[in-house]
Amino acid sequence: MNKNKILEKEIEARNFNRGGQVSSKLKTALTRLGIIPEVIRKTAIITYELEMNIIIHSNGGRIVVKIDKDEILITARDRGPGIRDVKKALKPGYSTAEEKVREMGFGAGMGLNNVREYSDFLEINTEVDSFTEVRTSIKLSSEE
Amino acid sequence: MNIKKAKKLLGLNVLVEINPELEIETACGSDLMSDVLAFSSSKTILLTGLTNIQVVRTAEMIDLKAVIFVRNKTPEQETIELAQKKGISLYKAPYSLFACCGLLYQAGVKPEPIKSFK
Repeated sequence: MNKNKILEKEIEARNFNRGGQVSSKLKTALTRLGIIPEVIRKTAIITYELEMNIIIHSNGGRIVVKIDKDEILITARDRGPGIRDVKKALKPGYSTAEEKVREMGFGAGMGLNNVREYSDFLEINTEVDSFTEVRTSIKLSSEE
Repeated sequence: MNIKKAKKLLGLNVLVEINPELEIETACGSDLMSDVLAFSSSKTILLTGLTNIQVVRTAEMIDLKAVIFVRNKTPEQETIELAQKKGISLYKAPYSLFACCGLLYQAGVKPEPIKSFK
């Protein structure tokens, strides 16, 4: 199946003010493509959480979004430090974020959980001190 | 409830106003943006004590129409500018988050349905 890349962006670590810019661009692009609002919202939330995760927790990374006739595929890959316990990271309320991040309204331990909640497919590959790659997809036809 | 009525009820000051006739059906109050994203279904407004740019970003992602900053907090200029650009109304209220939510609830604004986790 031919997948069209609709977005590929580098995300800078710790640049909190720019957090959400990539998701915002994606939202505009999906609206232009005529994707239904429910799917756009799910995609925007997932991308926003992944974008903030890269900013908050990683050494920087990249988000790639592709689309085919059935689904939107989001890949977020960073350059470490990796997740020690993925099961824990997925638990609602579990967070390793520092106080400064919490003061900004993030680091509540809901990020990856939201990603799982809104996606139709989720795969997390990670290696401590090396990388984390989150692959997720959203079906284009909303079932809700 | 109409935003006009909410303005009187909460003594709101306008920072950015996109739709002065906005109908408020549901609301949520939180300082945790991921919680706002988690329980998002179809809210209209967010009440929060956070004033940074991520509040407007969060509102943008889930199509929130308006944000009320509690305890008369004034957001940073870049927060206001982004709201103008994205078409999101911003107000500030003199009361606490608890009091603002209570007043709106009492006046008939509904909480959003809470989703259970997988």
